[in-house]
Formats: sequence, structure tokens, C-alpha cells
Amino acid sequence: MATIQVDGRSYEVDGKDNLLQACLTLGFDLPYFCWHPALGSVGACRQCAVKQYRDADDTQGALVMACMVPAADGSRISIEDEQAREFRASVIEWLMVHHPHDCPVCEEGGHCHLQDMTVMTGHSRRRYRFRKRTHRNQYLGPFIAHEMNRCITCYRCVRFYRDYAGGEDLGAFGANDNVYFGRHREGVLENEFSGNLTEVCPTGVFTDRTHSERYTRKWDLQFAPSVCHQCSVGCNISPGERYGDIRRIENRYHGEVNRFFLCDRGRFGYGYVNRDDRPRRPEWHGETEETVTLDVDEALDRGADALREARRVIGIGSPRASLESNDQLRELVGQANFSTGIAEREQVCLTRMRRLNRDAGLPTPTLRDVESHDAILVLGEDLIQSAARLGLSVRQAVLARRERLAEARGIPAWNAEAVMTLAQDARHPLFVAYPTATGLDDVADRCLRQAPDDIARLGFAVAHAIDVKAPAVEGIDESTKATAEHIAETLLAAKRPLVISGGSLESTAIIEASGNIARALATRGRRGGLMLVRREANSTGVELLGSRPLEWALDELTRGAADAVVVLENDLHQRLPSGRVERALSAARTVIVLDHQRTSIWERADLGLPAASFAEGDGTLVSLEGRAQRFFQVFEPRYHRPETRIHQGWRWLQALRASLKRRAVPDVTLDAVTRDCARHHPALAGIVEASPSADQRVSGLKLARQPHRYSGRTAMRAHLDVSEPRPPQDPDTPFTFSMEGYYGFDRPRREVPFAWAPGWNSPQAWNKFTDEVGGHLRGGDPGVRLLEPTEDIGDYVNEIPPPFTSGVGEWQVVVLPRLFGGEETSSRATPIMARAAAVRLHLSEEDARRLEAEEGDTLVVETSLTRLSLPLRVDTTLPSGLVGVPAGLEAALVTGDRAWLSLAPEGEEEPP
Amino acid sequence: MTANRYRCRLHQAAHERRLEMHPLTWWLRDDGERVGLDEYVAKDGYAVVRQVLGYQRPDEVIETLKAANIRGRGGGGFSAGVKWGLTLKGEDMPRGYLVCNADEMEPGTFKDRLLLEQAPHLLLEGMILGGYANDSCFGYIFLRGEYVTAARAITRAIEEARAAGWLGRDIAGSGFDFDIALHTGAGRYICGEETALINSLEGQRANPRAKPPFPGQSGAWGKPTVVNNVETLCNVPAVLRFGAEWYQGLSGERSGDGGTKLYGVSGKAHRTGLWELPIGTTAGELLDRAGGMRDGRSLKAWLPGGGSTGFLLPEHLDLALDFDTIGKTGSRLGTGLITLVADDQSMVALVRNLEKFFARESCGWCTPCRDGLPWTVKLLRALERGEGRPGDIELLEELAEDQGPGKTFCAHAPGAAMPLASAIEYFRDEFERGIARPGKDDVVPDGPLSTSEA
Ligand SMILES: Cc1cc2nc3c(=O)[nH]c(=O)nc-3n(C[C@H](O)[C@H](O)[C@H](O)COP(=O)(O)O)c2cc1C
Ligand code: SF4
Ligand code: SF4
Ligand code: SF4
Ligand code: FES
Repeated sequence: MATIQVDGRSYEVDGKDNLLQACLTLGFDLPYFCWHPALGSVGACRQCAVKQYRDADDTQGALVMACMVPAADGSRISIEDEQAREFRASVIEWLMVHHPHDCPVCEEGGHCHLQDMTVMTGHSRRRYRFRKRTHRNQYLGPFIAHEMNRCITCYRCVRFYRDYAGGEDLGAFGANDNVYFGRHREGVLENEFSGNLTEVCPTGVFTDRTHSERYTRKWDLQFAPSVCHQCSVGCNISPGERYGDIRRIENRYHGEVNRFFLCDRGRFGYGYVNRDDRPRRPEWHGETEETVTLDVDEALDRGADALREARRVIGIGSPRASLESNDQLRELVGQANFSTGIAEREQVCLTRMRRLNRDAGLPTPTLRDVESHDAILVLGEDLIQSAARLGLSVRQAVLARRERLAEARGIPAWNAEAVMTLAQDARHPLFVAYPTATGLDDVADRCLRQAPDDIARLGFAVAHAIDVKAPAVEGIDESTKATAEHIAETLLAAKRPLVISGGSLESTAIIEASGNIARALATRGRRGGLMLVRREANSTGVELLGSRPLEWALDELTRGAADAVVVLENDLHQRLPSGRVERALSAARTVIVLDHQRTSIWERADLGLPAASFAEGDGTLVSLEGRAQRFFQVFEPRYHRPETRIHQGWRWLQALRASLKRRAVPDVTLDAVTRDCARHHPALAGIVEASPSADQRVSGLKLARQPHRYSGRTAMRAHLDVSEPRPPQDPDTPFTFSMEGYYGFDRPRREVPFAWAPGWNSPQAWNKFTDEVGGHLRGGDPGVRLLEPTEDIGDYVNEIPPPFTSGVGEWQVVVLPRLFGGEETSSRATPIMARAAAVRLHLSEEDARRLEAEEGDTLVVETSLTRLSLPLRVDTTLPSGLVGVPAGLEAALVTGDRAWLSLAPEGEEEPP
Repeated sequence: MTANRYRCRLHQAAHERRLEMHPLTWWLRDDGERVGLDEYVAKDGYAVVRQVLGYQRPDEVIETLKAANIRGRGGGGFSAGVKWGLTLKGEDMPRGYLVCNADEMEPGTFKDRLLLEQAPHLLLEGMILGGYANDSCFGYIFLRGEYVTAARAITRAIEEARAAGWLGRDIAGSGFDFDIALHTGAGRYICGEETALINSLEGQRANPRAKPPFPGQSGAWGKPTVVNNVETLCNVPAVLRFGAEWYQGLSGERSGDGGTKLYGVSGKAHRTGLWELPIGTTAGELLDRAGGMRDGRSLKAWLPGGGSTGFLLPEHLDLALDFDTIGKTGSRLGTGLITLVADDQSMVALVRNLEKFFARESCGWCTPCRDGLPWTVKLLRALERGEGRPGDIELLEELAEDQGPGKTFCAHAPGAAMPLASAIEYFRDEFERGIARPGKDDVVPDGPLSTSEA
């Protein structure tokens, strides 16, 4: 703590901060550009100038850049000083010299930091009368639009892209007043976090291209606090809606999870919500092949009738649906008839992971906390592909060594360039064991490219090297042993070692190996962490419901033990071989599907009930961290499309249950179903607390989903009805579908639909909601953690597989997760499809040579279940004997399967 | 005078120079050829290396340097000894680098070139001594790319010194290892700023670095790094040979600073070129040595030490050319090579030309410099064409004020602001003549400026 004086008044601040951080934390409106809470200070823009005085006798003072001066005890500064104010206004004037002033047609307008700062400094008249410098723009791919003329040369983009996210294909070119930020030549930005440029850039150079097509100002968007559904990390998002479509996804600050950044799948993968072909009304697919759309009552009646006639109804849940929906399905069909909808091999992994979260002796860190670990071992995950935002945190953990070294030499952590200079390529140790190259290899100490079983063996060997009581690996070769010992020593030497593993390779052996390492570290008294990656947004939560896997459900149907099935938000074809799915569905007399996508299952259902996506519904998800988080409905779909009959899965299922019992459909609310779910599952008891209930009020008000400047409300439905209806009511949440309600920042609240504070329209407004810049939300970070370790450390597991050997003429399949194209829903969004790389089979150089195949040749891969032809990608990092297949392509290909490869006969085309 | 035979001229013949009086140029030949290793050694060169390495402790060397108070000849005037003393070294510190700043791109400055082309071994000797004092593991000479003759001379000298054991392992049996490499720049003025220089040396963009930390704490590749100007380093051997007192005595009563200075004159004088004179020599004496103004011109103003220093008037001619004396006028000594402005030269055009250089050479890192200087240039051009508007001069003053020390990220913009502010101060009427008369000037100037012009 330090005491500083600002304009004559004393304040307590964190002496480790710089003056800018201190002032912003104190709530002063001090303008800035190049500083960013996650990127630190570089002193380039000169916008944050304040007057600093040596002591009480110094009346002259000198201008300093607040971001470059430590908030040392006894500092005296003035923000209001005339010279400082004038200088800050001049800086804006210079920045505006070349700026096109095209706010009316600029997509940053209305959430633009440059606008905010310009207004804040009072620069309102242009004195520059000469010609402006102009630039040419580049095509940067499907996600990001580029308008370089708006650039104010703050260098934030390259600092985020290169220094923070590890990207290489964005740079600063040129000098003087002609600096260009772009790629060395036009092309798709390669980094998986490129979307953050739209928020990092303080002006409209990098904007969201997916939003551009149907653009709406921030103040005209309706927002809700939501949670990304595109992987298991659980990043918080603010989706913005207008006219019944999601127009863009913004980062929603969460002090322990995503903080300032999202991955591109999460930000740009929302397009499935807006698809034209989405089911919007119940559909009855009769024998006659003709599809009939129904109203709700009719649909419920037909559904209830069909279920009533059935001998036994199976319910198939989904790891991409909320806990509430899954639980309501379970209520409908009964525990004995409920399946999680997760394939067995995955569910086994999930169960093992859940146990390890409890009994491996090490807690699961939050993403923020990941960044304070100082040695990391990743077993069997390519984090950038499987849990991207976590991968970004791991990168920061590894780079944090630089800050430690700098601190030891008196260089504060915020002095970004100085920290990088001093520490050069110093890194905290990171070891990555994975079959092929991963997105973190560039900062890794060692990359071990191994087959899944060998990764597990390495892990077990590491555990044994840490604690001899952990089972030893038989027949381990000397070099693996040495590697394991080196990793063990490194983890033991660390203050906070972290083990990361997960289900990507669907290997329980790998998971248990990571568990053994965690136990060994805990046994040796290390304050480490264990992070286990799950696949989907609610994999962790649905596993906690504790039910049987999908295979069981299909088998019950196939063997006639049940004759009806209700499938919740789950395209079964993505999980198990189509034949098996089809056999089961054909055997059922009644198939009811709830989904928000027109999947192949939907098409063949008897009754389809249009479920809400995250945008139209609310519910609770549990992230990989074991954090239960609520997502809230962004908009009411009927308001703009009155014909729509979309409801949350849980609402449909509640209603169906009532209809089945010939009762009137009750008015259920989110709070009630959440409470039910918590009551039914002791492990989920905490979820009620995950966020405030519907009766929360701030200053006696509900919370507004729409900014107070929301315009056009009275006109936007005029083409449907000249009289404006009452805005939809929301019994489920504390939010209103209107601008009426509380939207301020000064009363702490946990769930913030959109960040706005007077004078702060850009994402920088989040600084007004946190206890300190980059800290925690003043109202508390959302969610509750459900999976804390117990006191008892479980026994070591001894399931060490034999080493991998490649059979002659035989390969082992490894399915490789993909950020773009590897996930069910986001793959239905056009920009993600455009960004997904062409699918290829990965084969080692040696194996390609053996097959006499070259890059691009079509290869046929055959397993006992399927046959597929794909072009070859020679992967110099893949061990021989493995064949890598991109995820999301063919459910019948499973990691560990045996496969046979051959060159496709002349003329055999690759599939579309 | 063909382009490749052009030499910066030293106007003191060999017979006029003595080692004790001309420690920098005594070594030079009258024919202007490079002094090779044999000649240098024959003149007792490298004797100081033999004398010091292994016989004096590095901290003793630094004490001598501090006492001599060689003020940085790159223009900053910071004591080399103090800088070396502040450079981190010792048991728990990695060995760092010694960098010679030979980027000499200051307008009107050509002194380092003389030493680089003709006495490269003197520089190497100074660097070896500096490396020893600072426990540096390696030395770099960052040379202005256009100095091809100097590059050849240095390359040759490094080879010779290496072959003779003055560079490499265990120099002169002292146990001290040190080697030097030449790095030729790609032609940016900002690469002369020591931290931008280091970035450029590392292969990064030539943006300056934030200070603190100073290079002595965390410089090239994060290691403690000393950056000194060529002339500064060339003073070191003599200081260590004859002692601090001798060095201090060289300037006699003329100045509080010690030693000699390689002074020079450019502009419309009879004889332009270089003189090694005691520091504190007056500009008037320099002008005399230069034979006065040529073509019947009289002196209107002069720059004391390069384009980034403030203009002075004829009335300042009898001030001692040293850091403190010139500093008191509001200008700076800079490199100490004076530029003469004749009475028929337009101050507006001259300043516009200078500012155009500074605008172009801005690294583009910080706002006042990057976006303020081009604006300055455009205003000056408007004045030059008689298209100025009322308020333009005040705006120029405001811009110059906002580019002052502390307001920009490095000293480039304050340097650029100096000639502008002083020219307006002393020759305001010339600027006022550029303001268009009311009635005819209400049009935005056509014939827009291209980016390359600004
Ligand atoms: C824009 C700019 C250009 C500079 N150019 C040079 C240069 O060409 N040569 C030089 O020695 N110093 C130059 N300097 C000064 C250096 O930053 C540094 O102070 C000097 O090299 C230190 O050496 P010294 O203490 O021996 O003078 C420049 C400074 C600035 C701000
Ligand atoms: S593109 Fe944006 S982030 Fe990058 S330098 Fe320009 S204004 Fe800053
Ligand atoms: S990391 Fe996962 S949760 Fe976070 S934005 Fe990306 S897809 Fe969404
Ligand atoms: S003053 Fe700023 S823009 Fe100019 S050269 Fe220095 S750092 Fe670069
Ligand atoms: S924010 Fe301080 S200089 Fe840019």
C-alpha cells in the first residue's frame, strides 16, 4: 500500500501499480490509449500525462506519463492541472490529424475508446488544415475487417497479437507518421485469438466482420450476461441482439475466468443462432413424409400422446444443454431411463476426471490462477485447439517468468517492454506431450510427440519419479526415464507446479497418469494445481448428474427394451457411428427431439420441439474448472418473429411432463427448475448460488438488458403491428427486455449484461466495474465452484498401458481436436466454416514414404467401422504408426482404433 | 573532390599536433590514409591496454575516468566515468556489452567519421579499455550505413587487432577476453539514440526504450550495456595514459570541462572542416580559423552542435563552446560542430528543411513527435510559400513547446523543437512575412503535400 496525493487529496493505492492504474482504480477519468490492463505500459501515446510534484514545496511540477511512473508512496500529482489538461487535449488533436473522422460510418462508433477519450479531453475543433495520410486496407479473413486510416498508432494490436497471444503474422511496418499495422501481405490472420483485436484496438481499425454484415450500434443492441457454449472453459460473454438475431459477441469481464479475452471460436461461432433453417416451430414428421408445423398445445398433446402410448421412454440428455434442461428430461423419463447422451469412452474419462478433481489432492485453478503457476506439464492436450482460452492463460503463466526476473531487478511488472528486454526468452518451464505439434510449442521447454499410450507411460513415470510409492513403469526406456525424471525435478522445484490433462485423446490412462502426478505432488506437499479439460460447455455438469452413457440408451432401443426416446439438444450422429444411431432410432416407435438446430436427428424425429439456444434461453453450465455459471436469455424470439414457438428445453420438458400427466402446464420459472436440479443432485446443490435469483433488484430496479440510449423501439415492430406491444416480461431473471432498469456501474452487481459508465462506452468501461483495474468485479465474479478437493488423497492408480508399437501395415487413429470445425454448433456458423482448415489425414514422413504417398494425395483410411478418403498432410511431428484425423469429421473414427491405409485408386474423389 | 575520395578535413597538419595536446588526432596522417596496426603500434598504440589490463582493477579505471570527467561527445554531455560506474557488473551479474555509437547522422556533424576512417585502432583501444572497465563480454560498433570507407577501415582494423592478439581471448596475457564486431546500420537517424540503437542491433524495430531501466541496468539482450560515442571512447586511452589531471588541464581556463573537442564548421565559411581544440574554445575562434564567412556574406545565426540544437546569434560567438556555457543560452552544445547561417539564407526555409528531416526520421512511437512534426513541416511550408494564416506562428510555438523534454518518449522531438523554437524567437519577423495578407488567403492550399514531403 502507498499513499498518494491527487489534486490535493490523499488516497491509499497499491504501490505496485503505476499512477495510471492507481488513478483509474480510484475512479478518476484519466484518458489513455497504449496502456491496457493486460498488456501493461509502454509510454507511447502520451495521453495519460499528469503533473507530478517533487514535494510539498514544488509548485512548478513536471509533466509525466502516469502509466510510466510508479505509484510510489508520497507521490503528488495533479490530473486537473491546466498544463496537463492542455497537453492531453493536444495529444488527441495530434492523434486526430490523420484520423478520418468517419464515426457515422465507422463500426467502432458508439463503443469507441477514441471517441470517449476525445470527448473526455474536450478536443472538439480541428486546426490541422492539410492533407491527411491514407493507407490501403487488407483482407484479413472471415473474422476481422481492417480500416487502417483510423489507426492512432498506439501499438496495442501488435502487442496483444504478438507479445500476449504469440501470433506472428501481424506486425508494425514503416516509421514516422506512416506506420502500418497489418500482415506482411493480405491473408487470413492465423492466431486463434485475433478477435480480441476488435476490443484491444481503441478505434475502428479492427472490427468484427461477422457483425458488419448486419451492423448495429452498441447502444441499439440488447445484451444479457451469458456464458460461451463453444467449449468447456466457460468464458463469460455479452451477446448483442437486434431484430431477433445475435449481431456480435463481446467479451464479458470475469475476474477469474476469461478476464479481457475470448478465443475466435467463442467470439465468432455464434452464427448457428441466426441460421435461417433453424426450427422455430414444433414440427411433426408424419408417416406421410409431409412435415406439419404445430402450435405449442398441439405439439404437447401429440408428444404426450405418443409418450403415453409407449411402453418405456428413454431420455437422452446432452453436454451442450443446460443442467436444468437435462434435469427436466431426467424428471420426465425417470432416472432409470435417462442417459447423459455422452459416448461411453468419453463419459468414462469425465468420471475419472471428476474423481480426480476431488481426490487427487490438488485443486483446479481458475484461469487467472493458472497464470501464477511456474511449471506446467500438459499431458495429451493441444490446449489451443481443445480449450483455447486456457491455452492463452498457460502462455501467460510461462511468460510470467519474465516479470519475476524483472521484479528482482526492480523493474515493475507493468513496464512491459522493459520486462521483455530484461528477461529475453526466459520462460517458466512448460512440457507438452501430445501426438503432434501443438499451439503452445513455441513457448515450451520440451515438446514430446508421442502416441497416447506413451504419453500415459511418461506421465506415470513422472509420478513415480516424484514419489517412489507411485507405481513404476515397467520396461521403460532410458531416455523416457530421463525425461520423466527431468520433468519431475522441474515440477518439484517449482513453487506452484500445474498438471494439465483431459479427455481429448479419450485415454483414461493419460488422465490417471496426470492424477498420479497430482497425488505425488500433493503427497510431497506441493501447492500445485490439476486442470482437466473437458470437451463441451456442460460436459462437467452433465457428468455430475450421474447417468448412463449414450450406448446404453441406444442399446435399450435397439433391443426393444424401450420404444420411445426423447433426445435433448444432441446430434447423436456426432457421437457414435451412424449405423448404430440409426438402428436405435429406427427401432423406436416414437422419437422426440428438442433442439435449436436442424440436425440429422431432428429431420428424422416424429416430433421436433424448437429449443432455445443460449441466446433465447437461460440455464446453468458447469465449466472445466467446476464452476457453475448461469447464462441468461438475450432476447425474446417471439417479439420480432411472432410465429416463433421457441422455448428453453427445460420449459418444453416441464410442459411435456404436465401434459403427459394431463395436468395444466404450470408457470415454471428458471429459479424453480434450478432449485429442483440442485435438490435432485447433492453434487449440484451449489448451483442455486451461481447467480442472483429473479427477484434481485438494484436500487429497487430490475436490470436493463438494453442501454439507455436504445433507439427505435417504438418503430421496430411497426411492419408487424402499428401499436407497440408491451415489452416481453421476464419471470425467469432479474433482467428486463427493455432499457428500463438499472444499468449503472456504481452499485456493485455480479451479472452485468453490458458495460457502460458515463463517458466510457467502449469495452474499457469494464474498468469501472472492477475493484481494481484488471481485478475482480466489485459485485463478485459470477459462478460457484463445485469441485473442490477433499482432504483424502486417493490411492495411486496402476493402469499403465504397454508401450505403443505400430503393427506392420497398420496404424492407430488419433482424433485431433480442432478449434474451428471440431465443435458441433459453431461448425454451423459460416465464418467458422470459412476459417476451418481443409481436412487432411496426418501421417508421419516415414509412413507417407512407406505408402509412396505425397502431400495432397488422397488416402483411404479404413477401420472396422468405416472407410474414408482424405488428402494427405505429411506431418513431420507425428510419430510413425499413428494416423491423425481432424475432429468433427466422422464419429466412427475413434482415438485408439486400428486403421489400415492405402493410396486411393485413381479417380476416387475426396468427399465434399 | 570525387565522391569516394571526399575526406572530412582536419585543418591541423601533423607537425602542428602533439599527443599531449591532441590526444584524438595526433595519430592521424597528413595524407588522410587509415593508420594501420603497424603504424599505430609504432606510435605506441595499444600501450595503454598493456599497461592497464591486469594491472589496474576495473573500478580503478572507472575512478580515473570519473575524475577526468569526459563528457559524452554524442551530444548528451553525460560523464563517461559516471555512466560506467552505474553500469551493473559483478559476481551475480551476467557480463554485458560495450557499444560504440558510430551512427553519426546529426545534421552538420562529421567528426566521428574522421576518427573512424583514419584512426580505427584508437577507437578499438578505447573500446577494449571500456570493455575491461565494465566487464563487458563483447563490443559492437554501430556504424552509420553510409560510412562505407569507415566500415572498411574498421573491418580491417578488427582483423588486424584480432590477429595481433589485441582482441580475442586473454588479451595481452591479462586473462581478459573481449572481441568486437561491426554492425552497419540501415540509415535511420533514430538509431543514434542509444536505446533505439540497441533495439536495432538486436534486430528489433528502431524504437527507443523506456528509461529507467537504463542500458547500464538492462541493455542489449537485457544485459548491462554501455553505449558511448566514438569521440568519447577515443579519449579513453590518453586519459588512462596521462591521467585525469592532465586531461582536466587540457582546457586550461577556458572551461570547467576537461580535454579537447573535435570541433568543426560547416556553412558559408571560407574553410569548413575540423579542428581538435581545447574544450571551451569559442565559436568566434572557430570562425576565425575557418577564415570567416565567404562570398561577402555576414553571419546571421549559427547552430552550436548539429540540427537538433537551438540557433544562436553573432552576439553569442565569444561564448565558450562547452556543455554548461552553451546550455545556459537555452541551446545545447550538441556535437560541437557549428553550422553557420548567412544573412541571405531564409530561416523559414532552413528550419523547414531541418524539421522535414526530423519528421521523416521520427521513429513513429510517440504521438507528439510522430504526428506533431509533420504538421510543423506543413505549417512551415505554408509560411515559406506565403500561405500562412494568422495563428500559425503561435501554433508552431505551441507544437515546439509540446515536443519539449519529458513530453515525448525520447530526446528526438525535443531536439527537433530546439531550432524551431529558437528561430521563431530570434527571427519572428521572417516567419510573420509568411502569413498571407488578409483577403487573398482564405483558400486551403492546393497542390497538396505528398506523404513523402512530410
Ligand atoms: C535522436 C537522437 C540521435 C542521436 N544520435 C547520436 C549519434 O548519431 N551518435 C551518438 O554518439 N549519439 C547520438 N545520440 C546520443 C545517444 O543517445 C547517447 O546519448 C550517446 O551515444 C551516449 O554516448 P556519450 O555519452 O559517449 O555521448 C542521439 C540521441 C538522440 C536522441
Ligand atoms: S490498429 Fe488499432 S490497436 Fe493497432 S496501433 Fe492502430 S489504433 Fe492501435
Ligand atoms: S475458450 Fe471456449 S469458452 Fe472461451 S471463448 Fe473460446 S470456445 Fe468459448
Ligand atoms: S520522440 Fe517519440 S516518435 Fe520521436 S523518435 Fe523519440 S520515441 Fe520516436
Ligand atoms: S497510456 Fe500512458 S503513454 Fe499511453
